[in-house]
Amino acid sequence: MKLLSYFRGEAFQRGVHPPSCKLTASTRIRRLPFASKVTVPLSQHIGKTPRPIVQVGQEVVRGEPIARSDEWLSVPHHAPVTGVVEFIGLRPGVRGPWVESIVIRAHPGASQEDLWGRPRDLSDATGGDILQAIWDAGMVGLGGAAFPTHAKLTVPKQAHVHTLVVNGCECEPYLTCDHRVMVEQADDLITGIRYAMRATGAVRAIVGIEDNKPDAAVAIRAAIVRCGRIPEGEIYAELVPTKYPQGSEKMLVMALFGVEIPAGDLPVSLGMVVNNVGTLAALGKLLPAGRGLTERIVTVTGPGVAKPGDYIVPLGTPLRFVLDYAGAPGVATRQVILGGPMMGQAAASLDVPITKGMSGVLVMQGDALDWRGNQKTYPCIKCAECVESCPMGLNPAQLGMLAAKREYDLMGSDYHLGECFECGCCSYVCPSNIPLVQQFRIAKQILREKALSK
Amino acid sequence: MSIEISSAPHIKGTRSVEQIMRHVVWSLLPVCAFFIFQYGLSALLSLMVVTVSCLLTERFFVRQGGQSGDIGDFSAIITGLLLALSLPPGFPLWMGAVAGIVAIALGKALFGGIGFNVFNPALIGRAFVQAAFPQAIATYTPSFMPGRFAEYIPSSLTLPLMQPVSVVEWLKDRQFDALAGATPLAKWKFEGVMANADELLTSLSGHMAVGPSPVLILLCGAYLAFRRFLDWRIPAAILGSAGLTAWILYGFDPLRFPNPFFMLFSGGLILGAVYMATDMATSPVTPKGMWVYGALIGLLTVIIRYYSGLPEGVMYAILIANAAAPLIEKITQPTPFGKGVLSNLGRQKKGASYPLHSGYISREDAGAVTPKKRFMFNKPKHPPKE
Repeated sequence: MKLLSYFRGEAFQRGVHPPSCKLTASTRIRRLPFASKVTVPLSQHIGKTPRPIVQVGQEVVRGEPIARSDEWLSVPHHAPVTGVVEFIGLRPGVRGPWVESIVIRAHPGASQEDLWGRPRDLSDATGGDILQAIWDAGMVGLGGAAFPTHAKLTVPKQAHVHTLVVNGCECEPYLTCDHRVMVEQADDLITGIRYAMRATGAVRAIVGIEDNKPDAAVAIRAAIVRCGRIPEGEIYAELVPTKYPQGSEKMLVMALFGVEIPAGDLPVSLGMVVNNVGTLAALGKLLPAGRGLTERIVTVTGPGVAKPGDYIVPLGTPLRFVLDYAGAPGVATRQVILGGPMMGQAAASLDVPITKGMSGVLVMQGDALDWRGNQKTYPCIKCAECVESCPMGLNPAQLGMLAAKREYDLMGSDYHLGECFECGCCSYVCPSNIPLVQQFRIAKQILREKALSK
Repeated sequence: MSIEISSAPHIKGTRSVEQIMRHVVWSLLPVCAFFIFQYGLSALLSLMVVTVSCLLTERFFVRQGGQSGDIGDFSAIITGLLLALSLPPGFPLWMGAVAGIVAIALGKALFGGIGFNVFNPALIGRAFVQAAFPQAIATYTPSFMPGRFAEYIPSSLTLPLMQPVSVVEWLKDRQFDALAGATPLAKWKFEGVMANADELLTSLSGHMAVGPSPVLILLCGAYLAFRRFLDWRIPAAILGSAGLTAWILYGFDPLRFPNPFFMLFSGGLILGAVYMATDMATSPVTPKGMWVYGALIGLLTVIIRYYSGLPEGVMYAILIANAAAPLIEKITQPTPFGKGVLSNLGRQKKGASYPLHSGYISREDAGAVTPKKRFMFNKPKHPPKE
């Protein structure tokens, strides 16, 4: 009810309220055992693909860099396990096509401790030093987009950053990894926030948390007090009304500050940098220890999982191994979604590895899929539900009609298709069951190819 | 063993076309029940015949193929009920059946079925019978007649292709004069007599020949708007603009023009505003467009009622606005996020936790101060305990 949103005074009024289904919101983070073989794809993030710097047959210890690149928009990879490099070449990728990967066979007798990292004191490091350390740690955004963190925290010369916005919304249904990180690793998070503030020159950090996770706000406020060295009012934990897709940085800035980031600009144009809580908590843990990113927290959940939970998973662990451990045997599995149900990607095979940007593994069961498949599709009845829910203020009904007629150029030029960030609200609400965002994805891809061929 | 892939989003809201249409039908049932209570057997038969004729026509065209949707989506029932509610209770049944056939065939099937129609099908049907049978459609009978559940209004049972018998004799037998059968609007238009407020709202006190109860329609509409099965902006715009126009004219010459209250609650304005104009397929999708569309309907209604030879103007006002809807939609496209005036710092939405202002400066600038937090408008549902 958008009228109620207005009367409640919500700054971010559009969006949808999918059922939250956070099955694992109160289970502690657990550790997954090491698989006998891990596969590290070389391209796990936006930007240039790094080159392998190990050979087949070489022994690696956990945390040792195995691939790096001198390109700015690229991060190194570190060995997730101690073992022997078995193979470098094509392996099944998440999107379907096979991708260049490094396969490491774990040493069965190794303790799998990270012996590579050297603890260091960063208390008087400059912003540049911290950025370099973040780069060396191979950090990318752990919220899902996997954008290299050092690039995100680097402030352009002509810009000033005053506020670090820490994104703890986790608006996707089912996912709870950020929630558990805020509850259990609040101290690491505060440390990470302070590093990021030093790197960007921000004077304050605001952690935006959706109000279905009040315990996270309590934990962070307690950690701020515990930390002690923080001047009054430097880090806040702020609750915002729960709504999808608030985890998008533009929407979170809207909810917190009531301003729209101009189209085509980054939050830095308003003096803000937005980062995910999982990323900053990992920074707070890795930087003082001098280690690289070798594991991440993944929510393994869904109706088809016997032991759902948030697991610390070594990067490169095969999906099949994760599912077996969590009690979702491959034979009974019909669909596995990597990420949340609104924006996540359906895995093309169970042999793909866990990568840096994977926040969740969601196993869907038969009846939910059958229900979705049996929905009847009608023509657009112009109920305007999608127009009301589009967070970017587009007209998905009109765009959908144009997409059906393949008027892609018109969609891009007159109806702002480029602003769509594929949150899926339009498809979610559509009573006629029209695959709106799916069509927009195709249209955007075609427009991109057209622009490239020119 | 294989796994399925699909494109996100992988979950779907529970709302469907059938659900929307079903709720509209349910919300119409109390209105229909009161209409039957007012006019007795004839109203019941009229509702049934018109709805069944709509359903049969729909079934015929769905069977023919080339149609979107089918008979199970409840949309033909809505058309039938609305059409019957907009006709006089004593309307000859065969003419009602013709209206139903025309509504579905010309108003909907011709365009390709549900979602493709340009005009509200019920109003197409009504416009047709208005032109074809002007005498019959202007013949109302008083409400709450004694014995209305025991006998039919004689005009109802006219044989097919025959002109209806006059009800004047029949009314005279029951001690009603010929004037009793005129609607409040016709009375005002042709005799200059204005009905009282309570007669307009309920007609329980007298035998005023009014249509379905406006109060009940507003209540049922409020339920639909609350559940978001219709958009509240369209009725609000129609009633607002009709009321405002009528009020200006009334202020200009109170003797010549009726007061705004009479304008709003007489005739079919409420039914049109709540149920006809809000037909999703024929109204604009953009929020701004809905206001323009509603305002146009309100304005046209008042103009047609005051200056034309017809007492009732809602139907033509809605049909004209239906035709204008695509154009309205085109010029009222929503402003995308970050492209409007709000995107600069000068104008902010209210309700933000930390409104941006000049106190927000970076560490390099001297005297950085942390701004005070504003009163929290967007109060979270569960405040955390510290």
